[in-house]
Amino acid sequence: MPPNAEASGAAGLSVAVLVSIGRHPLTARTRRADQDARAVEMALNMKGAAISLVHAGQHDSDHEEAIRGYLGMGIDEVRLLEQGPQSDVVPALTDALRDSSPQMVLTGTRAETGEASGMVPYLLAETLGWPVINGLAAVESVEKGVATVLQALPRGKRRRLRVRLPAIATVDTSAPAARQSAFGPARRGELDVQALASETDESLAQWQIQPARKRPKRLKVIKSSSARDRFKAAAAKSDGGGGQTLSDVTPEQGAEAIFKLLREEGVLR
Amino acid sequence: MSELVRRDPRKEWIARNRLHPQHLEVLAEIGGGSVASEWMGPNGLMRRNPHAVGFMGPNGIRRIDRSGAQQASQATGRSAEAKDSRRRVTIENPAFTIAVVPDMAGGRLSGHDRDLLGLARQLADADPENPGAVLAIVYGEHKETTFDEAGIDRMLMLEGDQFDGYTPENRIAALQGVDREVSPRFWMLPDSTQGGGELGRRLSVRLGERAATQVWQVEAHSDSATGWRCTTRGAAGTTDIVRDLPRVVIALAECADPITETRHAAEAIELSQPLPNVLGRIEDIGEVAVDPASVSLAEAEFILSAGNGVKDWDNYHHAAEVLGATKGASRVAVDDGYMPRDRQVGATGTWVSAKVYVAVGISGAIQHLQGIQTCEKVVAINLDEGCDMVKRADLAVIGDANAILSALVERVEQYRAEQEESRNAA
Ligand SMILES: Cc1cc2nc3c(=O)[nH]c(=O)nc-3n(C[C@H](O)[C@H](O)[C@H](O)COP(=O)(O)OP(=O)(O)OC[C@H]3O[C@@H](n4cnc5c(N)ncnc54)[C@H](O)[C@@H]3O)c2cc1C
Repeated sequence: MPPNAEASGAAGLSVAVLVSIGRHPLTARTRRADQDARAVEMALNMKGAAISLVHAGQHDSDHEEAIRGYLGMGIDEVRLLEQGPQSDVVPALTDALRDSSPQMVLTGTRAETGEASGMVPYLLAETLGWPVINGLAAVESVEKGVATVLQALPRGKRRRLRVRLPAIATVDTSAPAARQSAFGPARRGELDVQALASETDESLAQWQIQPARKRPKRLKVIKSSSARDRFKAAAAKSDGGGGQTLSDVTPEQGAEAIFKLLREEGVLR
Repeated sequence: MSELVRRDPRKEWIARNRLHPQHLEVLAEIGGGSVASEWMGPNGLMRRNPHAVGFMGPNGIRRIDRSGAQQASQATGRSAEAKDSRRRVTIENPAFTIAVVPDMAGGRLSGHDRDLLGLARQLADADPENPGAVLAIVYGEHKETTFDEAGIDRMLMLEGDQFDGYTPENRIAALQGVDREVSPRFWMLPDSTQGGGELGRRLSVRLGERAATQVWQVEAHSDSATGWRCTTRGAAGTTDIVRDLPRVVIALAECADPITETRHAAEAIELSQPLPNVLGRIEDIGEVAVDPASVSLAEAEFILSAGNGVKDWDNYHHAAEVLGATKGASRVAVDDGYMPRDRQVGATGTWVSAKVYVAVGISGAIQHLQGIQTCEKVVAINLDEGCDMVKRADLAVIGDANAILSALVERVEQYRAEQEESRNAA
């Protein structure tokens, strides 16, 4: 399936995308978050789906700039549920989703700021009682309230799943990259701001947050009782060790041995 | 051979006395044909004859290999077997339990799993008076044989077709059952893309515990409610959050050192209550065949890599297609124009992490070997038995690449046909 193929049967489907404020890894400027933008891109590729974007968080000029990045992808409006700083956005999002009751909710896997634990989709799913799947790579079709989707697995593999709607799906970097954000639409798009009561995240206030320390590199410690072994391990060029060498075999015997290994490792399909 | 060692003090004395007229005779007798190099002295000390051991080095100087490897042939019946010096640990009545759910990617404990088990052991063994037990929960079939070496005291094998494939709902229901019955003090899962990160988040939500995700350090801390404090990565890895260790811990790789010095019981346990049946809303239809050629080299799981030893390129490309392998190449093959540049493996190409890497006619230059450091299994097909790739390989087949590839293609086609037949018959 080509990366940007359009899902069939998505007409009339209401899709909500939860978007957050991103942070550029080098310049630390606020921007649209990469994974969330991919989720928007995926929603835009569902032909005929009614897309709504929801952001819960503070409302100031810096954040507005980042949110407008999503508008620039060809979205008319973003709902902004205004919350105080350091607040838990899950209650506000739960209420909003319960009211608007979309059939599908797309989110990024994990935020680029704050705790970034990637828990929000799971918390929402638990309170709403909806199924949640992770690593969405493509939505193939939607029929009778059941979506057929592709899930991305490590090593470029894909798995096909069928999910009963309404459902929440997270999108990670294996989904198709987001389109560019255009300046004009970003200016013209609207923010529908609703000030909501916010719940402060109590435990967050108790944590110490500091810039990331570099993680210590793991040393290769050779545990051996004899000095000779330790010396050999430290000085010797690694020779793989324990490998099996088949010489003087016919090509058929060699091929059989390789075939056996491929079977054991399960790479032959 | 009898374990009893009979000593003849007179002969030993002659053997020690190089001037005795019967010296050589006795040496030959004791040493079983060769000159005795080691014997028990009168005080019970081991004596060695340095003239009788070792070999002549390249400079004409006698070299002695003290590992004992060379004398193995002369060893008496008491030859020391390679003894497993790891301490055995059995925890009969654990004070508490720490539950670990390893990824078991490919049916084996991954490095990440072992690190996590090391962390679980740290928490379990913190108080030597009241040690805890580490319980590992494994779904479905596995190929792992070294659970005991990874520091696992108890094993819970959850078998049944409800855990086949992608079944997070059933898996969480099972973990919930374990939580009710065993009520572990901590739950630990790897924060990986192999399923652990997702399962851990689901579990924490289900148990109503606010999990610590991306944990990379855990240390004892008296002020904390659990007695431990952890450091986690936040905000896309740019901040460190120091907080009390919660009950559900989702930890990164290298969060602790794996266990190497002890062996644990890895005793199988069972749940007393049957697992609940869950009405699943997610259905796994199975893995989708992806075109291996479209998979990027760095991500590929099975690579067939070609070097200067490949002469028949059509045959090689055909083999890669039949095997369903992603194609890779050495620099020489790329420079000579047989393969595109983006297929080059090695220091100046792509660093690959394949599960199986088949090197066809690649000599194993250091620049190439660097690129395959993290590959799990390496297979070499080469004419030269002494080349570095053969030394690195887990399986090396010495012979002409072309002939072996053809035979392999034939074997795989035969296997495919057999599978097709059995599918038709079924
Ligand atoms: C700065 C620098 C960077 C480099 N970076 C890379 C890099 O990123 N990647 C890389 O691959 N190389 C790199 N190289 C090149 C590297 O040093 C080697 O030259 C190259 O890897 C050798 O490729 P080869 O093994 O295919 O060829 P050779 O060394 O020629 O080996 C061919 C092998 O094929 C075997 N053979 C021959 N005929 C047959 C047959 N009929 N059947 C079976 N086996 C046969 C031979 O026994 C031999 O072992 C770099 C070099 C430099 C200087």
